[in-house]
Amino acid sequence: MACGTDHVFRGLNPMQKDITRLSFILLFAPFALWIVLLIVLPHIGMVIISLREKVAPRVYEFSFAQYIDFVQEPIYWNTLLRTGSMSLLVTVLALIIGFPIAYYIAKIAGKRSKGALFLLCLIPLWVSDLIRAFGWILLLRETGVVSTALQKTGLVSQPIEFLYNDATVIMGLVYTVILFMIVPLVSTLDGMDDAMVEAGYNLGGNGPTVLRRIIIPYAMPGIVSGCIVVFMLTAGSYLTPILLGGKNSSWFTEQIYEQFISRYNWESGAAFGFLLLFFTSLVVWLGLKLSGQTLSSTVAKS
Amino acid sequence: MAQRRNPAFMMGYRLYVLAFFIFLAAPLVAAGTFAFNDSQFPALPWQGFTLDWFFNDTEPKLGMFHDRRLLRGLYYSFVIATMVSLLSVFVGTCNAFLFVRVNFPYKNFFYIMMVVPLVIPGVILGISILVLASTVANGVEETFNYEIEFLRPGISLVVLGQFSFITTITSLVIIARLRKFDQTMEEAAFNLGASRTRVLWTVTLPFLWPAMFAAGIVAFLVSFENFNTTLFLVGSEAPLTITMFDRMVKVGSTPVLNAVSFFLMVGSGLLALLSILVQRDKTET
Repeated sequence: MACGTDHVFRGLNPMQKDITRLSFILLFAPFALWIVLLIVLPHIGMVIISLREKVAPRVYEFSFAQYIDFVQEPIYWNTLLRTGSMSLLVTVLALIIGFPIAYYIAKIAGKRSKGALFLLCLIPLWVSDLIRAFGWILLLRETGVVSTALQKTGLVSQPIEFLYNDATVIMGLVYTVILFMIVPLVSTLDGMDDAMVEAGYNLGGNGPTVLRRIIIPYAMPGIVSGCIVVFMLTAGSYLTPILLGGKNSSWFTEQIYEQFISRYNWESGAAFGFLLLFFTSLVVWLGLKLSGQTLSSTVAKS
Repeated sequence: MAQRRNPAFMMGYRLYVLAFFIFLAAPLVAAGTFAFNDSQFPALPWQGFTLDWFFNDTEPKLGMFHDRRLLRGLYYSFVIATMVSLLSVFVGTCNAFLFVRVNFPYKNFFYIMMVVPLVIPGVILGISILVLASTVANGVEETFNYEIEFLRPGISLVVLGQFSFITTITSLVIIARLRKFDQTMEEAAFNLGASRTRVLWTVTLPFLWPAMFAAGIVAFLVSFENFNTTLFLVGSEAPLTITMFDRMVKVGSTPVLNAVSFFLMVGSGLLALLSILVQRDKTET
């Protein structure tokens, strides 16, 4: 590594060169240890474990058995497809709901209220997923606030259970992740010059045209970066589907937990983990290709 | 833009923004408010105001400050969060100097590697670290007959698991600050004859302190509230989120969980405010 850095040190005397190289090694070491030991090696380990099969106690053989199991058992890949498509839906909803909010904060709100609104947006970020889901449970369950209030006002005669259905899970997920959509959008829209919008109107565009031809193309890096983070967070979420959707929410992370902790079947749990990672990365890659963005122009920037 | 749109549209827009913020606040208000309801269940009707769910010391209304398991969870969470924030701020600061000050080959690639842990699902980080740690521990146990305690599920693994993605957050915060640093200030100090270490301690680090502090607070909060990664790495010393989850799922909820929620919301709100104040002070002076 260090030899490749020579061109940087050209023009320094040998002693300074040594110091610079030493400080490079000292700075690179913690980074390398962190990434190699906690990210790269664990994932390699996970893939290796997923590629073996228990043939006898403590005896393992190389095999694709876990992946074949996954393909042959419809419940597994159905769950993965369901998780993927619901995550996409959540991402789209978060974008549609979040974009006007981000635009309001970045462009319409006054200087003072801007900062305050932005902070308000961040507040749920400081509160655990668990507490947010717990709050929704208190509001939406059969004996919850909404059901009781509806009965009090005489709109309905019986308690209603709002929990344990897909709509609630999607709502809860949108709630959990929407901040990660709004924050990058606000920071991109913030950098947009108002004159661009003015020019669009002066050239005869109406509201929707200006939105479609000027604002959205400008905000594209923020949109893509928000979508990637939101999609990954949703697909990898565990608490919200399980608490708001109950045991039947069939989220893929529940399958991983089930294999790993309940059945103690690490081989298949690792295979599922790898499949989730592979599948979500594939979706992100496709999204980047379709939108013509790169990872470094979006996520790395914000 | 605003002037060109008709008033009815703007009115509707404002109402939409208002509705959105009510949506954001609703579950938090619900979770917090029922902590003060004098009832066995966190539900309507309102039975009157009480602080029992915080301070009462007898069953059936055992307050959170007398509930041994919750207090132990709080303690473990605190220990874990402190270690994670110290470690991740240290590595984050090194990363900031590495990526802002040093040029080296494949820098962009390494930068993306640094950001990646943030988008890996927490569940997968948890299982992959569990798999590696257990494999290593088992291997060592079989060959050398020596048990490596800290690679077994427990506080140390939870710290490592959370550290693995929180470091990305601290790095990004500190990098953003270091990018704003005016390097002529360091050059001035060098010209005045200061040594490298002296410049680092008296010029560069004081400029970075607010960001390091803020990053530490963010790391502390994220660690405190983390669930997904922790779930797989936890041993017998369960941190607060795990304890609360167990209780929610197995025992059914009593308002003591609302009391804990309220306590956590106020605590993290104050910490977040503190980090904002610290950053603001320094940028103005």
